[in-house]
Amino acid sequence: MKSAPFEYARAASLAEACDLLARHGGDAKLLAGGQSLVPMMAMRLLRPAFLVDINEIAALKFVSGEKDVARVGACTRQCVVDRDEALAARVPLLRQALAWVGHVQTRNRGTVGGSLAHADPSAELPLAARVLGAKMVLRSSKGSRTLEAEKFFTGPMSTAVRPDECLEEIHWPVWSEKRAGSAFTEIAIRHGDFAMVAAAAQVALDADGRCTRAAFGLGGAAGTPLAFPKIAARLVGTKLEDKAIEDAASDVSKETDPGADLHATKEYRRHLARVLAGRVLRDAREKAKLQ
Amino acid sequence: MSETLHAVSIEVNGKRREAQVPARLSLVDWLRDELRLTGTHVGCEHGICGACSVMLDGEPVRSCLMYTVQANGHRVTTVEGLARPDGSLSVLQDSFCETHGLQCGYCTSGMLIAAQGLLNANPNPTEEQIRDAIGGNLCRCTGYQQIVEAVELAVKRLRETK
Repeated sequence: MKSAPFEYARAASLAEACDLLARHGGDAKLLAGGQSLVPMMAMRLLRPAFLVDINEIAALKFVSGEKDVARVGACTRQCVVDRDEALAARVPLLRQALAWVGHVQTRNRGTVGGSLAHADPSAELPLAARVLGAKMVLRSSKGSRTLEAEKFFTGPMSTAVRPDECLEEIHWPVWSEKRAGSAFTEIAIRHGDFAMVAAAAQVALDADGRCTRAAFGLGGAAGTPLAFPKIAARLVGTKLEDKAIEDAASDVSKETDPGADLHATKEYRRHLARVLAGRVLRDAREKAKLQ
Repeated sequence: MSETLHAVSIEVNGKRREAQVPARLSLVDWLRDELRLTGTHVGCEHGICGACSVMLDGEPVRSCLMYTVQANGHRVTTVEGLARPDGSLSVLQDSFCETHGLQCGYCTSGMLIAAQGLLNANPNPTEEQIRDAIGGNLCRCTGYQQIVEAVELAVKRLRETK
Protein backbone atom coordinates (compact mmCIF):
# COMPACT_ATOMS: atom_id res chain seq x y z
CA MET A 1 0.00 0.00 0.00
CA LYS A 2 1.46 3.31 -1.08
CA SER A 3 -0.15 5.75 1.37
CA ALA A 4 0.89 5.90 5.01
CA PRO A 5 -1.80 4.64 7.41
CA PHE A 6 -4.64 7.01 8.27
CA GLU A 7 -7.99 6.93 9.98
CA TYR A 8 -10.96 7.37 7.67
CA ALA A 9 -14.52 8.57 8.05
CA ARG A 10 -17.14 9.03 5.38
CA ALA A 11 -19.13 12.11 6.36
CA ALA A 12 -22.86 11.83 5.70
CA SER A 13 -23.51 15.55 6.00
CA LEU A 14 -21.63 18.83 5.96
CA ALA A 15 -22.35 19.23 9.69
CA GLU A 16 -20.69 15.86 10.34
CA ALA A 17 -17.68 16.80 8.22
CA CYS A 18 -17.31 20.07 10.15
CA ASP A 19 -17.61 18.21 13.47
CA LEU A 20 -14.87 15.80 12.43
CA LEU A 21 -12.65 18.70 11.34
CA ALA A 22 -13.29 20.51 14.64
CA ARG A 23 -12.21 17.39 16.52
CA HIS A 24 -9.17 16.48 14.43
CA GLY A 25 -8.21 19.95 13.15
CA GLY A 26 -4.70 20.14 11.75
CA ASP A 27 -4.29 16.34 11.66
CA ALA A 28 -7.21 15.93 9.28
CA LYS A 29 -7.58 16.51 5.57
CA LEU A 30 -10.76 16.64 3.53
CA LEU A 31 -10.91 14.06 0.76
CA ALA A 32 -12.93 15.27 -2.23
CA GLY A 33 -12.16 13.87 -5.71
CA GLY A 34 -8.69 12.86 -4.56
CA GLN A 35 -7.04 13.63 -7.90
CA SER A 36 -4.33 15.75 -6.24
CA LEU A 37 -4.45 14.60 -2.61
CA VAL A 38 -4.18 10.87 -3.31
CA PRO A 39 -1.07 11.14 -5.55
CA MET A 40 0.57 13.30 -2.88
CA MET A 41 -0.29 10.67 -0.29
CA ALA A 42 0.95 7.89 -2.59
CA MET A 43 4.29 9.68 -2.80
CA ARG A 44 4.09 10.32 0.95
CA LEU A 45 4.52 14.03 0.43
CA LEU A 46 1.48 14.19 2.71
CA ARG A 47 0.67 11.90 5.61
CA PRO A 48 -2.57 13.14 7.18
CA ALA A 49 -3.59 11.17 10.27
CA PHE A 50 -7.28 11.44 9.44
CA LEU A 51 -9.22 11.69 6.17
CA VAL A 52 -12.74 13.08 6.11
CA ASP A 53 -14.37 11.82 2.91
CA ILE A 54 -16.95 14.32 1.66
CA ASN A 55 -17.79 12.51 -1.60
CA GLU A 56 -21.14 11.20 -0.40
CA ILE A 57 -22.51 14.55 0.84
CA ALA A 58 -25.31 15.23 -1.64
CA ALA A 59 -25.76 18.80 -0.37
CA LEU A 60 -22.28 19.68 -1.70
CA LYS A 61 -23.15 18.63 -5.25
CA PHE A 62 -25.28 21.08 -7.17
CA VAL A 63 -25.29 23.76 -9.83
CA SER A 64 -27.89 26.47 -9.37
CA GLY A 65 -28.18 30.13 -9.91
CA GLU A 66 -29.65 33.48 -9.22
CA LYS A 67 -29.63 36.52 -11.45
CA ASP A 68 -26.06 37.71 -10.95
CA VAL A 69 -24.42 34.59 -9.64
CA ALA A 70 -24.05 30.92 -10.52
CA ARG A 71 -23.65 28.73 -7.45
CA VAL A 72 -21.67 25.51 -7.63
CA GLY A 73 -21.43 23.07 -4.73
CA ALA A 74 -17.83 22.40 -3.72
CA CYS A 75 -18.01 18.63 -4.31
CA THR A 76 -19.59 18.93 -7.77
CA ARG A 77 -17.56 16.84 -10.20
CA GLN A 78 -15.71 18.72 -12.94
CA CYS A 79 -17.41 16.54 -15.60
CA VAL A 80 -20.85 17.61 -14.30
CA VAL A 81 -19.95 21.28 -14.55
CA ASP A 82 -18.45 20.69 -17.99
CA ARG A 83 -21.72 19.18 -19.29
CA ASP A 84 -24.01 21.84 -17.82
CA GLU A 85 -25.28 23.86 -20.80
CA ALA A 86 -27.09 26.50 -18.72
CA LEU A 87 -23.95 27.14 -16.68
CA ALA A 88 -21.80 27.26 -19.83
CA ALA A 89 -24.08 29.99 -21.18
CA ARG A 90 -23.90 32.03 -17.97
CA VAL A 91 -20.24 31.53 -17.01
CA PRO A 92 -18.59 30.44 -20.29
CA LEU A 93 -15.09 30.79 -18.85
CA LEU A 94 -15.70 27.74 -16.63
CA ARG A 95 -16.14 25.29 -19.50
CA GLN A 96 -13.31 26.98 -21.42
CA ALA A 97 -11.02 26.44 -18.41
CA LEU A 98 -12.16 22.85 -17.83
CA ALA A 99 -11.16 21.90 -21.37
CA TRP A 100 -7.55 22.21 -20.14
CA VAL A 101 -8.02 20.37 -16.83
CA GLY A 102 -6.48 16.89 -16.71
CA HIS A 103 -8.18 14.12 -18.67
CA VAL A 104 -11.58 12.43 -18.88
CA GLN A 105 -10.77 10.06 -16.01
CA THR A 106 -9.61 12.82 -13.68
CA ARG A 107 -12.51 15.16 -14.55
CA ASN A 108 -14.96 12.34 -13.83
CA ARG A 109 -13.70 12.23 -10.28
CA GLY A 110 -12.11 15.63 -9.64
CA THR A 111 -14.28 18.32 -8.03
CA VAL A 112 -14.48 22.06 -8.51
CA GLY A 113 -13.94 22.79 -4.82
CA GLY A 114 -11.09 20.33 -4.58
CA SER A 115 -9.17 22.04 -7.34
CA LEU A 116 -9.70 25.46 -5.73
CA ALA A 117 -8.76 24.26 -2.25
CA HIS A 118 -5.65 22.50 -3.58
CA ALA A 119 -4.61 25.88 -5.03
CA ASP A 120 -1.96 24.74 -7.46
CA PRO A 121 -0.62 28.03 -8.87
CA SER A 122 -0.76 26.68 -12.43
CA ALA A 123 -4.25 25.15 -12.15
CA GLU A 124 -7.07 26.35 -14.39
CA LEU A 125 -10.05 26.65 -12.05
CA PRO A 126 -8.23 28.85 -9.51
CA LEU A 127 -7.30 31.18 -12.39
CA ALA A 128 -10.91 31.33 -13.61
CA ALA A 129 -12.03 32.06 -10.04
CA ARG A 130 -9.44 34.81 -9.63
CA VAL A 131 -10.23 36.49 -12.96
CA LEU A 132 -13.97 36.51 -12.38
CA GLY A 133 -13.71 37.35 -8.67
CA ALA A 134 -15.53 34.21 -7.55
CA LYS A 135 -16.52 34.00 -3.90
CA MET A 136 -15.87 30.94 -1.74
CA VAL A 137 -18.26 30.05 1.04
CA LEU A 138 -16.45 28.33 3.91
CA ARG A 139 -18.27 26.43 6.64
CA SER A 140 -17.12 25.34 10.07
CA SER A 141 -18.99 24.11 13.12
CA LYS A 142 -18.89 27.72 14.35
CA GLY A 143 -20.54 29.25 11.29
CA SER A 144 -19.74 30.35 7.78
CA ARG A 145 -17.80 33.11 6.05
CA THR A 146 -17.28 34.15 2.47
CA LEU A 147 -13.94 35.00 0.88
CA GLU A 148 -13.17 36.55 -2.48
CA ALA A 149 -10.73 34.63 -4.66
CA GLU A 150 -8.12 37.34 -4.10
CA LYS A 151 -8.14 36.67 -0.34
CA PHE A 152 -8.69 32.93 -0.71
CA PHE A 153 -5.43 32.09 -2.50
CA THR A 154 -2.48 32.91 -0.26
CA GLY A 155 0.43 31.08 -1.90
CA PRO A 156 1.44 27.92 -3.78
CA MET A 157 -0.87 25.12 -2.55
CA SER A 158 -2.01 27.48 0.21
CA THR A 159 -5.36 29.06 0.94
CA ALA A 160 -6.98 31.02 3.73
CA VAL A 161 -9.11 27.99 4.62
CA ARG A 162 -8.66 27.22 8.33
CA PRO A 163 -8.06 23.65 9.50
CA ASP A 164 -11.64 23.40 10.82
CA GLU A 165 -13.29 24.78 7.66
CA CYS A 166 -14.80 23.06 4.63
CA LEU A 167 -15.36 24.81 1.31
CA GLU A 168 -19.12 24.60 0.84
CA GLU A 169 -19.91 26.38 -2.40
CA ILE A 170 -18.49 28.76 -4.96
CA HIS A 171 -20.33 31.81 -6.28
CA TRP A 172 -19.35 32.60 -9.87
CA PRO A 173 -20.30 36.12 -10.99
CA VAL A 174 -22.53 36.18 -14.07
CA TRP A 175 -21.95 39.12 -16.41
CA SER A 176 -25.26 40.58 -17.48
CA GLU A 177 -23.93 42.48 -20.52
CA LYS A 178 -25.42 41.28 -23.80
CA ARG A 179 -22.11 41.50 -25.65
CA ALA A 180 -19.63 39.63 -23.48
CA GLY A 181 -16.97 37.12 -24.42
CA SER A 182 -14.32 35.10 -22.66
CA ALA A 183 -11.34 32.92 -23.50
CA PHE A 184 -8.85 30.61 -21.84
CA THR A 185 -5.56 29.24 -23.14
CA GLU A 186 -2.34 27.79 -21.85
CA ILE A 187 0.99 26.29 -22.84
CA ALA A 188 1.89 22.93 -21.32
CA ILE A 189 4.31 20.24 -22.46
CA ARG A 190 1.40 17.88 -23.17
CA HIS A 191 -2.32 18.56 -23.09
CA GLY A 192 -3.56 17.92 -19.55
CA ASP A 193 -0.20 18.59 -17.91
CA PHE A 194 0.45 21.49 -15.57
CA ALA A 195 0.48 24.77 -17.45
CA MET A 196 3.77 26.60 -17.77
CA VAL A 197 1.62 29.70 -18.16
CA ALA A 198 -2.16 29.91 -18.48
CA ALA A 199 -4.22 32.98 -19.35
CA ALA A 200 -7.91 33.83 -19.06
CA ALA A 201 -9.91 36.90 -20.05
CA GLN A 202 -13.47 38.14 -20.14
CA VAL A 203 -14.61 41.39 -21.76
CA ALA A 204 -17.88 43.18 -22.41
CA LEU A 205 -18.59 45.59 -25.28
CA ASP A 206 -21.29 48.20 -25.86
CA ALA A 207 -23.28 48.52 -29.10
CA ASP A 208 -20.43 50.52 -30.70
CA GLY A 209 -17.86 47.88 -29.82
CA ARG A 210 -16.37 49.94 -27.01
CA CYS A 211 -15.14 47.96 -24.01
CA THR A 212 -17.27 48.52 -20.90
CA ARG A 213 -15.68 45.91 -18.65
CA ALA A 214 -12.56 43.76 -18.82
CA ALA A 215 -10.96 41.19 -16.56
CA PHE A 216 -7.97 39.01 -17.21
CA GLY A 217 -5.25 37.11 -15.43
CA LEU A 218 -2.46 34.57 -15.53
CA GLY A 219 -1.76 31.20 -13.95
CA GLY A 220 1.64 29.58 -13.49
CA ALA A 221 3.31 32.98 -13.37
CA ALA A 222 3.48 33.39 -9.58
CA GLY A 223 2.64 31.57 -6.36
CA THR A 224 -1.05 32.31 -6.80
CA PRO A 225 -3.22 32.99 -9.84
CA LEU A 226 -2.88 36.64 -10.80
CA ALA A 227 -5.43 39.21 -11.97
CA PHE A 228 -4.59 42.64 -13.35
CA PRO A 229 -7.52 44.93 -12.50
CA LYS A 230 -5.59 48.18 -13.06
CA ILE A 231 -4.35 47.20 -16.50
CA ALA A 232 -7.81 45.84 -17.35
CA ALA A 233 -9.37 49.16 -16.30
CA ARG A 234 -7.20 50.96 -18.88
CA LEU A 235 -8.85 48.88 -21.60
CA VAL A 236 -12.30 50.15 -20.66
CA GLY A 237 -13.39 52.84 -23.12
CA THR A 238 -11.12 51.57 -25.90
CA LYS A 239 -12.39 49.48 -28.79
CA LEU A 240 -9.90 46.80 -27.76
CA GLU A 241 -7.85 47.51 -30.85
CA ASP A 242 -4.89 45.17 -31.27
CA LYS A 243 -2.57 48.00 -30.23
CA ALA A 244 -4.43 48.56 -26.93
CA ILE A 245 -4.32 44.85 -26.22
CA GLU A 246 -0.62 44.62 -27.09
CA ASP A 247 0.14 47.47 -24.69
CA ALA A 248 -1.86 45.78 -21.93
CA ALA A 249 -0.13 42.44 -22.54
CA SER A 250 3.24 44.09 -22.48
CA ASP A 251 2.39 45.85 -19.18
CA VAL A 252 1.34 42.49 -17.77
CA SER A 253 4.62 40.82 -18.61
CA LYS A 254 6.51 43.73 -17.03
CA GLU A 255 4.52 43.31 -13.81
CA THR A 256 5.02 39.55 -13.74
CA ASP A 257 7.98 37.95 -12.05
CA PRO A 258 7.58 34.23 -12.74
CA GLY A 259 9.78 31.47 -11.36
CA ALA A 260 11.99 29.14 -13.38
CA ASP A 261 12.09 25.37 -13.44
CA LEU A 262 13.35 22.51 -15.58
CA HIS A 263 10.68 23.16 -18.23
CA ALA A 264 10.69 26.92 -18.60
CA THR A 265 13.01 29.76 -17.75
CA LYS A 266 11.82 32.98 -16.17
CA GLU A 267 12.32 34.78 -19.50
CA TYR A 268 10.30 32.20 -21.40
CA ARG A 269 7.44 32.38 -18.90
CA ARG A 270 7.46 36.17 -19.13
CA HIS A 271 7.33 35.88 -22.90
CA LEU A 272 4.38 33.46 -22.60
CA ALA A 273 2.65 35.87 -20.20
CA ARG A 274 2.71 38.60 -22.86
CA VAL A 275 1.75 36.39 -25.78
CA LEU A 276 -1.02 34.49 -24.00
CA ALA A 277 -2.51 37.59 -22.34
CA GLY A 278 -2.77 39.17 -25.77
CA ARG A 279 -4.24 36.03 -27.26
CA VAL A 280 -7.06 35.60 -24.71
CA LEU A 281 -7.96 39.28 -24.84
CA ARG A 282 -8.27 39.17 -28.63
CA ASP A 283 -10.24 35.90 -28.51
CA ALA A 284 -12.58 37.29 -25.84
CA ARG A 285 -13.11 40.43 -27.94
CA GLU A 286 -13.96 38.41 -31.04
CA LYS A 287 -16.44 36.28 -29.11
CA ALA A 288 -18.07 39.38 -27.62
CA LYS A 289 -18.42 40.88 -31.10
CA LEU A 290 -20.39 37.83 -32.25
CA GLN A 291 -23.01 38.40 -29.53
CA MET B 1 0.44 -1.75 14.13
CA SER B 2 -2.99 -3.05 13.32
CA GLU B 3 -5.05 -0.85 11.08
CA THR B 4 -8.76 -0.33 11.37
CA LEU B 5 -10.67 -2.37 8.82
CA HIS B 6 -13.72 -1.00 7.03
CA ALA B 7 -16.57 -3.13 5.72
CA VAL B 8 -17.33 -2.55 2.05
CA SER B 9 -19.94 -3.88 -0.32
CA ILE B 10 -19.09 -3.13 -3.94
CA GLU B 11 -20.66 -4.40 -7.16
CA VAL B 12 -17.83 -5.58 -9.40
CA ASN B 13 -18.68 -6.67 -12.95
CA GLY B 14 -22.26 -7.34 -11.90
CA LYS B 15 -21.39 -9.36 -8.77
CA ARG B 16 -21.70 -8.00 -5.25
CA ARG B 17 -18.45 -8.39 -3.33
CA GLU B 18 -18.12 -7.90 0.42
CA ALA B 19 -14.78 -7.28 2.13
CA GLN B 20 -12.98 -5.79 5.11
CA VAL B 21 -10.27 -3.40 3.96
CA PRO B 22 -7.80 -0.97 5.48
CA ALA B 23 -8.62 2.62 4.51
CA ARG B 24 -5.38 3.09 2.57
CA LEU B 25 -5.89 0.11 0.26
CA SER B 26 -6.27 1.52 -3.25
CA LEU B 27 -9.11 0.25 -5.39
CA VAL B 28 -6.70 -1.18 -7.97
CA ASP B 29 -4.80 -3.18 -5.34
CA TRP B 30 -8.06 -4.61 -4.01
CA LEU B 31 -9.26 -5.57 -7.49
CA ARG B 32 -5.97 -7.25 -8.38
CA ASP B 33 -4.71 -8.70 -5.11
CA GLU B 34 -7.95 -9.65 -3.38
CA LEU B 35 -10.34 -10.34 -6.26
CA ARG B 36 -7.57 -11.54 -8.61
CA LEU B 37 -8.99 -9.39 -11.40
CA THR B 38 -5.54 -8.82 -12.84
CA GLY B 39 -6.73 -7.40 -16.16
CA THR B 40 -6.55 -3.93 -14.59
CA HIS B 41 -2.90 -2.94 -14.53
CA VAL B 42 -0.87 -0.94 -12.05
CA GLY B 43 1.40 1.56 -13.75
CA CYS B 44 2.55 4.73 -12.08
CA GLU B 45 0.29 4.52 -9.01
CA HIS B 46 -0.14 8.28 -8.87
CA GLY B 47 -2.64 9.08 -11.56
CA ILE B 48 -0.50 9.80 -14.60
CA CYS B 49 -0.49 6.72 -16.83
CA GLY B 50 -4.14 5.60 -16.98
CA ALA B 51 -3.26 1.87 -16.97
CA CYS B 52 -5.50 1.32 -13.92
CA SER B 53 -8.63 2.87 -15.49
CA VAL B 54 -11.90 1.23 -14.48
CA MET B 55 -15.51 2.36 -14.71
CA LEU B 56 -17.05 3.70 -11.53
CA ASP B 57 -20.83 3.87 -11.90
CA GLY B 58 -20.30 3.70 -15.67
CA GLU B 59 -17.64 6.40 -16.05
CA PRO B 60 -13.88 5.88 -16.45
CA VAL B 61 -11.79 6.79 -13.40
CA ARG B 62 -8.30 5.95 -12.19
CA SER B 63 -8.46 3.17 -9.65
CA CYS B 64 -5.06 4.07 -8.16
CA LEU B 65 -6.52 7.43 -7.08
CA MET B 66 -9.39 5.91 -5.13
CA TYR B 67 -9.30 4.08 -1.87
CA THR B 68 -11.38 0.91 -1.83
CA VAL B 69 -13.53 2.25 1.02
CA GLN B 70 -14.64 5.07 -1.26
CA ALA B 71 -16.16 2.60 -3.70
CA ASN B 72 -18.45 1.23 -0.98
CA GLY B 73 -21.99 1.16 -2.35
CA HIS B 74 -20.83 1.87 -5.91
CA ARG B 75 -20.55 -0.13 -9.13
CA VAL B 76 -17.17 -0.98 -10.65
CA THR B 77 -16.55 -2.42 -14.11
CA THR B 78 -13.09 -3.70 -14.97
CA VAL B 79 -11.77 -4.83 -18.33
CA GLU B 80 -12.97 -8.36 -17.46
CA GLY B 81 -16.48 -6.90 -17.36
CA LEU B 82 -16.30 -5.61 -20.93
CA ALA B 83 -16.43 -9.10 -22.48
CA ARG B 84 -19.73 -10.64 -23.53
CA PRO B 85 -21.54 -12.84 -20.96
CA ASP B 86 -20.20 -16.00 -22.67
CA GLY B 87 -16.65 -14.72 -22.23
CA SER B 88 -16.03 -13.89 -25.89
CA LEU B 89 -14.52 -10.53 -26.76
CA SER B 90 -16.68 -7.43 -27.15
CA VAL B 91 -16.73 -5.65 -30.51
CA LEU B 92 -14.31 -3.07 -29.13
CA GLN B 93 -11.91 -5.69 -27.76
CA ASP B 94 -12.01 -7.66 -31.00
CA SER B 95 -11.30 -4.47 -32.96
CA PHE B 96 -8.10 -3.99 -30.94
CA CYS B 97 -7.03 -7.47 -32.14
CA GLU B 98 -7.98 -6.71 -35.74
CA THR B 99 -6.00 -3.49 -36.05
CA HIS B 100 -3.12 -4.67 -33.88
CA GLY B 101 -4.07 -2.01 -31.33
CA LEU B 102 -1.56 -3.33 -28.81
CA GLN B 103 2.05 -4.39 -28.62
CA CYS B 104 3.14 -5.21 -25.07
CA GLY B 105 -0.44 -4.95 -23.81
CA TYR B 106 0.31 -3.08 -20.61
CA CYS B 107 -1.84 -0.05 -21.40
CA THR B 108 -4.53 -2.06 -23.19
CA SER B 109 -7.02 -2.55 -20.37
CA GLY B 110 -6.91 1.15 -19.57
CA MET B 111 -7.26 2.04 -23.25
CA LEU B 112 -10.29 -0.27 -23.54
CA ILE B 113 -11.98 1.28 -20.52
CA ALA B 114 -11.29 4.82 -21.79
CA ALA B 115 -12.56 3.93 -25.28
CA GLN B 116 -15.64 2.14 -23.92
CA GLY B 117 -16.40 5.19 -21.77
CA LEU B 118 -16.26 7.32 -24.91
CA LEU B 119 -18.51 4.98 -26.91
CA ASN B 120 -21.08 4.86 -24.09
CA ALA B 121 -21.31 8.66 -24.10
CA ASN B 122 -20.87 9.18 -27.83
CA PRO B 123 -21.44 6.30 -30.30
CA ASN B 124 -20.16 8.36 -33.26
CA PRO B 125 -16.96 10.05 -32.14
CA THR B 126 -14.64 11.93 -34.47
CA GLU B 127 -10.97 11.02 -34.64
CA GLU B 128 -10.21 14.09 -32.54
CA GLN B 129 -12.69 12.99 -29.88
CA ILE B 130 -11.13 9.52 -29.83
CA ARG B 131 -7.67 11.00 -29.36
CA ASP B 132 -8.97 13.24 -26.58
CA ALA B 133 -10.68 10.30 -24.83
CA ILE B 134 -7.46 8.26 -24.67
CA GLY B 135 -5.35 11.36 -23.94
CA GLY B 136 -5.02 10.36 -20.29
CA ASN B 137 -3.62 6.91 -21.12
CA LEU B 138 0.05 6.40 -21.88
CA CYS B 139 1.24 3.72 -24.33
CA ARG B 140 5.00 3.31 -23.99
CA CYS B 141 5.15 1.24 -27.19
CA THR B 142 3.70 4.42 -28.74
CA GLY B 143 1.21 2.44 -30.78
CA TYR B 144 -1.39 5.16 -30.59
CA GLN B 145 -2.24 5.13 -34.28
CA GLN B 146 -3.52 1.55 -34.25
CA ILE B 147 -5.41 2.17 -31.02
CA VAL B 148 -7.24 5.05 -32.69
CA GLU B 149 -7.89 2.78 -35.68
CA ALA B 150 -9.25 0.10 -33.34
CA VAL B 151 -11.79 2.49 -31.87
CA GLU B 152 -12.75 3.73 -35.34
CA LEU B 153 -13.25 0.13 -36.48
CA ALA B 154 -15.41 -0.63 -33.43
CA VAL B 155 -17.53 2.46 -34.16
CA LYS B 156 -18.02 1.29 -37.75
CA ARG B 157 -18.89 -2.29 -36.74
CA LEU B 158 -21.30 -1.19 -34.01
CA ARG B 159 -23.02 1.15 -36.45
CA GLU B 160 -23.42 -1.64 -39.04
CA THR B 161 -24.93 -4.10 -36.56
CA LYS B 162 -27.59 -1.62 -35.48
